[in-house]
Amino acid sequence: MRLTLRIWRQKHAQARGHFATYRMDDVSPDMSFLEMLDVLNEQLTEAGEEPVAFDHDCREGICGMCGVVINGIPHGQHKHRTTTCQLHMRNFRSGETITIEPWRAKAFPVIKDLIVDRSAFDRVIQNGGFITAPTNTIPEANAVLVAKDRSDLAMDAAACIGCGACVAACPNASAMLFTAAKITHLGLLPQGQPERTMRVVGMVRVMDQSGFGGCTNLGECSLACPKEIHLDSIAQMNLDLIKAGFRRG
Amino acid sequence: MAATLNSKVPSAPIEEMWDRHRFEMKLVNPSNKRKFTIIVVGTGLAGASAAASLAELGYQVLNFCYQDSPRRAHSIAAQGGINAAKNYRNDGDSAYRLFYDTVKGGDYRAREANVYRLAQVSGNIIDQCVAQGVPFAREYGGLLDNRSFGGAQVSRTFYARGQTGQQLLLGAYQALSRQIGLGKVAMYPRTEMLDLVIIDGKARGIVTRNLVSGKVESFIGDAVVLATGGYGNVFFLSTNAMGCNTTAIWRSYKRGAFFANPCYTQIHPTCIPVTGDHQSKLTLMSESLRNDGRIWVPRQKGDTRSPNQIPEAERYYYLEEKYPSFGNLVPRDVASRNAKMVCDEGYGVGTTGYGVYLDFSEAIQRLGKQTIVERYGNLFDMYQQITAEDPYRVPMRIYPAIHYTMGGLWVDYHLMSNVPGLFVVGEANFSDHGANRLGASALMQGLADGYFVLPYTIGDYLVQATLEKHDTTHPAFKEAENEISALVKRLLNIRGERTVDSFHKELGRLLWEYCGMSRNAQGLQRAIQDIRTLREAFWQEVRVPGDGGELNQSLERAGRVADFLELAELICVDALHRNESCGGHFREESQTAEGEALRNDQAFAYVGAWEFRGVGSNPALHKEPLEFKYVTLSQRSYK
Repeated sequence: MRLTLRIWRQKHAQARGHFATYRMDDVSPDMSFLEMLDVLNEQLTEAGEEPVAFDHDCREGICGMCGVVINGIPHGQHKHRTTTCQLHMRNFRSGETITIEPWRAKAFPVIKDLIVDRSAFDRVIQNGGFITAPTNTIPEANAVLVAKDRSDLAMDAAACIGCGACVAACPNASAMLFTAAKITHLGLLPQGQPERTMRVVGMVRVMDQSGFGGCTNLGECSLACPKEIHLDSIAQMNLDLIKAGFRRG
Repeated sequence: MAATLNSKVPSAPIEEMWDRHRFEMKLVNPSNKRKFTIIVVGTGLAGASAAASLAELGYQVLNFCYQDSPRRAHSIAAQGGINAAKNYRNDGDSAYRLFYDTVKGGDYRAREANVYRLAQVSGNIIDQCVAQGVPFAREYGGLLDNRSFGGAQVSRTFYARGQTGQQLLLGAYQALSRQIGLGKVAMYPRTEMLDLVIIDGKARGIVTRNLVSGKVESFIGDAVVLATGGYGNVFFLSTNAMGCNTTAIWRSYKRGAFFANPCYTQIHPTCIPVTGDHQSKLTLMSESLRNDGRIWVPRQKGDTRSPNQIPEAERYYYLEEKYPSFGNLVPRDVASRNAKMVCDEGYGVGTTGYGVYLDFSEAIQRLGKQTIVERYGNLFDMYQQITAEDPYRVPMRIYPAIHYTMGGLWVDYHLMSNVPGLFVVGEANFSDHGANRLGASALMQGLADGYFVLPYTIGDYLVQATLEKHDTTHPAFKEAENEISALVKRLLNIRGERTVDSFHKELGRLLWEYCGMSRNAQGLQRAIQDIRTLREAFWQEVRVPGDGGELNQSLERAGRVADFLELAELICVDALHRNESCGGHFREESQTAEGEALRNDQAFAYVGAWEFRGVGSNPALHKEPLEFKYVTLSQRSYK
């Protein structure tokens, strides 16, 4: 396949970015999108230019480290929702021009080229996104029963990989789907009940402070989510938040 | 230097050993714990669980990872499950049976005392994870579900769909996040450990490079814990994450820590086959698939019919035929070697001929598609995404790939290396898996080390060690910082013609050829020469663009590949010296008449721990004899 790539290049956080154009002549349809970028980077290095910086690690669609906006869509496609590392070049046509950008959101500043700073997500989790269960101070695993349907729904929400595609897809750069996924996961389980109020209040506060926008129910986040986290979780989070308001007076 | 290593295994019956020893170990007074600072490198299952548990106890913890968030560590990619001797199935499981299976599965090259302790605390791990909200699979009655896994005849594996590692890691990450939020753990993401600092003979700190700013910095503590994972990426193509590397343990080895059993590398039987030169990594399909999938190749060599057109009688279910009692659930090393054998003989499938079928049609008929979707849905989706084939209709094609490394830094019963104050947990140590790890045991070991072993044993060290007051202006830190800065400069100034990856790929091909699934003396000797030549070429010809004072991914990789080029030689040296077959280490000179691995317990029932003597110089071998008081050594048989 022959491709033209328009890639966002930005030397560092403070630098001005721009699109650079690269041509690739021999792309195999079996390559993953990131392998295609690997090949480009080998070519750039051999030509004495600086390779394109992009985040990636497991390349199995589970660590959540990779993610770029491809032709305006986070992770590249809506058809089979997936991470950038699991997107294969057979989804593109020879002769196509592909535009590649970093996540765009105030709360995710660009560090270099396609790499952004997603530490705001970690801070959201640090402020309530857990169940307090210090090591070894715990009951026997089967002492607390969990109905299979609730456990399955919890697992659906827990599948979030924290990649940030939801934020990148949202016109408001809202992090509600990310935050709500964790609140829903823990809120569905009996172990998560004691801290339920504190959790939603703490996480939402930090989320708002981090510069993410609000939710206007557009649903772009869920559509871009490689793990298909459901929009319902945002409704659940809002419900928990309202209840928390009543509880706290 | 002592001829043997002191494993510090307590003298007590194995069932009582750990309980008694916990009583015998010294405790740190609760109000004194905050006076100790512990450096934890890595945030996978072992690192995150250790950092969280140590902070909960009251220690000051500094935690480092190279990724942008601690949640990314590669434990997250483990799919199938975690073993625990809960005996919830009432099928005869016990701590003793898990211990026995693990020692046997490791082909009798693990230390009994450590393995027993691992089996003993395995149940606590499940309790801990459930309390954290890990959504394990459940029965309709609300109880936890189990599945079976390779190398065992009981159902003791707990799982969360095909994302068990992810859910366990997120549990540990959330416990760690809580401690970060409370200010008990200082977290340093995008920070790579590049050297270990030893003062007065004790591990006291590390030197790091900030991967965003390029700044080289020192951190001091009272103990250093390495939880930096395995070195499978030395083969370039592996199921490891792209960033997995040996640098932390390798540079600690160069500072005096012994490297044990480096040749014990595990090849996982069920990975998606290679498609071309662009391939950057190999994707694992969970071993749990072997529960319901049947492995076969056509009976006729070079049969190009599509698999669904090949009638039952013309399919060779080679594992079921050769190993009737374990069938498709033989341990990983046996399954991998057999796949290689049938492909080498010309029965392989797919365009390259290096693949075998993993077929679910019988299971779909028996259980219904819905059950298969529930058990393996995400794995099937992933397979389809990568290969553009639908495994519900067409059998998967699989081939073995490097997956896990049983070798690692040598540790005693306390998980402390021979360098006082340097603890090593999880895959980074040489650990509990002997020469071969059973499925669903890596998660168990990482969490056992981090939650239930290290937090006790590290206290015993801190109470007894006399730790002088120092800070990072100490000459040992300055010297290490200067060495790292010089290394960075040297890599950038070579300005050769070849990319870092081209060297890494060449090294990987070399190792896979001569030190992969089967090894012989001649090949290993040749590999050692070739690795030396390649290493010299690297330092002459590599091109690392950019500079050191910025985010520079080529530079990061160059440093890691430089270490792989040294480690690869040690792997071959170890493989050459161990003239027996055991577990993942198959020496062609040592096999049974039927082509199975043949151990030599007389000569090799020991842990081989290597001491660094300079790059290109022969390392010194130290032996820890392995005593088997509880498990009877036998030729492994899964027939």
